Formats: sequence, structure tokens, C-alpha cells
Amino acid sequence: MAETAHVPRSPGRVVVAGASMGGLRAAEQLRAAGWTGAITVIGDEPHMPYNRPPLSKDVLAGTASFESLAFTPRASAADVEWRLGTTVTSARLDERVVGLDDGTELAFDGLVVATGMRPRKLRCDGPSGPGSGRHTVRTLADARGLRDELTRPGVRVVVIGAGFIGCEVAATAKGLGVGEVTVVDPEPLPMLRPLGELLARSLHRRHEERGVRFALGAGVAGFEGEDRVTGVVLTDGTVLAADVVVESVGSVANTEWLDGNGLDLSDGVLTDEQLRVGGHPNVVAVGDVARFPNARYDGVPRRVEHWSIPTDSAKHAAKSLVAHLAGSVAQPAPFAPLPTFWSDQHEFRLQSFGAPALGIADVRVLDGHPEGDVLVGYHRDDRLVGVVALGGPAATTGAARYRAQLLARPALIS
Amino acid sequence: MKVVVDMNKCQDHGQCVFSAPDVFQLDDTGRLAYVSDPDDALRDEVEEAADVCPLQAIRIEA
Ligand SMILES: Cc1cc2nc3c(=O)[nH]c(=O)nc-3n(C[C@H](O)[C@H](O)[C@H](O)COP(=O)(O)OP(=O)(O)OC[C@H]3O[C@@H](n4cnc5c(N)ncnc54)[C@H](O)[C@@H]3O)c2cc1C
Repeated sequence: MAETAHVPRSPGRVVVAGASMGGLRAAEQLRAAGWTGAITVIGDEPHMPYNRPPLSKDVLAGTASFESLAFTPRASAADVEWRLGTTVTSARLDERVVGLDDGTELAFDGLVVATGMRPRKLRCDGPSGPGSGRHTVRTLADARGLRDELTRPGVRVVVIGAGFIGCEVAATAKGLGVGEVTVVDPEPLPMLRPLGELLARSLHRRHEERGVRFALGAGVAGFEGEDRVTGVVLTDGTVLAADVVVESVGSVANTEWLDGNGLDLSDGVLTDEQLRVGGHPNVVAVGDVARFPNARYDGVPRRVEHWSIPTDSAKHAAKSLVAHLAGSVAQPAPFAPLPTFWSDQHEFRLQSFGAPALGIADVRVLDGHPEGDVLVGYHRDDRLVGVVALGGPAATTGAARYRAQLLARPALIS
Repeated sequence: MKVVVDMNKCQDHGQCVFSAPDVFQLDDTGRLAYVSDPDDALRDEVEEAADVCPLQAIRIEA
């Protein structure tokens, strides 16, 4: 690449946009990669970075305090400047500045995009907004608000979307003693797309046995009620009575602040195999918001909303950014993480390694039985590309045995 | 180096084992066992193990 190494204003500043897990890990990994200049992390939430997975599980159940969620930053990140409660509203990448909602501009030598996602909301008729009984789960405030409503006696809950978060919220609500919990999804089974039919069936049965009801094969046409939701109207005409509605119908990337820079923001921010954004070697993206090619698989850029990705991508992105800022032309090997995912629902856990969705057409039971603890393998061209365990600790430790095998395989595209 | 795992938080995910197998192990029943005073040469591994713990239950003291 004919790229003149940028000489940082000594020693320069890296701005990290987004102060959650990806932002924190990026700051720490910049130090680990040798960056000695200033680091400023800007986040619109009022909190220091905290862990999100418990929001739909232990926090909702009331078994983990909100305080216990905060990440403990590494000692090496002690001099990082945190600007919380501050939104990045614009960026001019060519001029190396970002604009903040307090009207100021901040110059950077390097920029890390770590602004993550926000929940998608259904746009249809009926009550909406605070106090309407409609909820999403992404932030501490969301989890607090939902917990307050789930613990009211006699509430009827409708969860829209049978993905990971929807299924977790339904399970947690049941665990809290909610009598009526119904999960709505246009697909015929919960989590069918990421897991395939075999495990989707097994999950469906496990949820039903624990009292979760499903309304599958129909979408949502609208909501009933004046100020508050009283019912959910499905596309087949059915009306489900509801006091509380949880919408878990996917998420939208927080990238509007990057508009006007000629970037591909069609689904998150597109990066190259070094997590660099749109031909700007001093701009990298990490975590949920990054749409990156994975050299381990087919090289197709995808966003991966797994907890392991902010850490993995921060490590790689920090190396490529610091190398660039130091004027190095050496290229690290392409980013090739092994995705891992877990989900806790009722008393069982799903544990995934690799990319099951790429091998959904060829699913084989590797161990156990779908009725109990089970371990399944996902294959593409007869090759194992992912494993998912469902059940108790024995099943999940079983999955770990295949991790080395999944890691050792040479990349599919090599 | 001193490592402390909050066993009230630990949910036996085993991610730490992948990062620092000399320090963290899962026993036959899938429960975590660990070395509380590993050699300082293992610091990088242990920091990584702390990063990848889904419950953030691993603390490095000194
Ligand atoms: C309820 C829930 C449960 C989950 N459970 C699991 C699980 O069991 N297993 C698993 O593998 N994964 C799980 N995940 C996914 C995992 O938590 C995410 O992958 C991870 O949080 C992504 O981190 P991130 O830093 O990339 O993005 P985020 O956590 O979304 O952080 C982005 C931050 O940037 C801020 N921000 C956005 N725009 C701006 C702006 N313009 N200016 C300043 N700040 C901004 C946001 O407010 C936010 O704080 C779960 C997620 C949720 C929400």
C-alpha cells in the first residue's frame, strides 16, 4: 500500500468511541501493544463499562447486583481518560476529528470505533415509549425497568423474538414465578436459524416443559391498549393478552456518527482483515459494531454479536493501529477468531464453539441425546466447522474437547 | 502473582482454562480448580484468562 506513515503529534492521542466492553478492551490492548500516548474513551452511558450478559439472566432474576457487573480495568489502563455521559455525534476522518454532543471537537491520531448496537424496535400501531409496558434489554437501565415490572404479581408477559435474548428473558421470567410467558416468532421453532432443527426442537421442548408458551409461525401486527399495552395482535389475527412486552427482534448498529465519510455502514462498519475501516489505517473497529471478514472461514464480512468478539477484536485492532501509528509497514496475520457463544436458559446452558451456522445443513449428534445432555457437530463439506452443547456441565465440558480441533483446522479459504 | 477467583461468581464456563491451562483447570465434575500463586512468567496468560471470564470472577492481586 502506498501509504505515507503518519507521524503522530508526539506522542499523540487515540480516541475510543464507545465505553463498553469493546472500548475498555481496546484501551487496555492499546497499552499492551505499546501505545504510550493519550487514550480518551467516550461513552454515552453514565456508567463505567459493565458486563451485559447477566442483564437477561442473573440481573433480571435478582441474583446479581447491578454493582457486581462492572469490569475491573487492567492496571495498565489506569491513565486512560474516561468521558462518560458524552455522545460522539460526528466524525471527519480525513481531518482526524470527532465532534461531541457538548459542542466540542476532539482531535485524534488513531480512532477506535466501539459504539456497538442498540435494540431494534417494532414500528407498529399501539402504545410506545416509557410507561407503555414495552421493553428492550440492552442496558442496565433497561434491565432495572424490566425487573420492576416482571416482579409485579400476576403479570402476563409476551416476548417477541425467539432468539438468544428472547429465550433467556422468557426463562428468567418463568424462574421469577411469572405465570404466563409467551414467546412469539415467525419461525416455526426457537433459535432455528443459528442452531438448526435438531437443537431448536430440543430447546422448544425444554422451554415448554418448564411452562413457557410459544406462538410460532406468526409475526406481530400491532399492539392493543391506550397508554399501556394490553395485548399483542399477531399477523394471523390472534390476540395475546399482555401487561409486559419484551421486544428482542435484533439490533441496529450505532454508526450514524460516522455518516459523511464515504464508509460502508450498511450493517455495522465494514472493516478489512486487520479491522481497519474504509481505507483509513488509523481507524479500526471492534466488537458488535464491526463487520469483518474471518480468515478462518469464508472471508465474507459479518458482524458477530458474541461476547468473545470485543476482546478478540480489540487485541487484533490495537496491534494493527499501534503498528500503523508507529510507522511500521509490517502486517499482522489476518484476524481469524474462533467464535464462541454461550446462553443460559432455565437450568441448562448452550455452549458453542466455531461457526455452527455455516454447517447447518449437516448436523450430527456427537455425544448424548437431544432429550438430555447433548453435543452436536456442524459440518460443511464433511468438515467440522462448529460444535454446540446443550445441557449441564458435562455437556459443555464435552464441547470444549472439540475446541482444539476447531482451532487446529486450517482456514477454509486457505 | 496472586490470583483470586470469586467462587460465588464462577459458573464453570472454563474459558480461563483455554487461556491459562497451567493455572486453571476443570475437574472431572466440571468444577474449577486453580493455582492461587502462579509464577509471574504466566502473567500475560492469567490476564487473558481474567479478560475472558464471562462472570469476571478472576482477580489478579499484585
Ligand atoms: C442482554 C444481553 C445478553 C447477552 N448475553 C450474551 C451471552 O449469554 N453470551 C454471549 O456470548 N453474548 C451475549 N451478549 C452479547 C455481548 O454482551 C455483546 O456482544 C457485547 O456487549 C458487545 O460489546 P461492544 O462493546 O461491542 O458493544 P456494546 O456493549 O453495545 O457497547 C457500545 C457502547 O457504546 C455506546 N455508544 C453507542 N453510540 C455511542 C456514541 N455515538 N457515542 C458514545 N457512546 C456510544 C453504547 O451506549 C454502549 O455503551 C448479550 C448481550 C445482551 C445485550
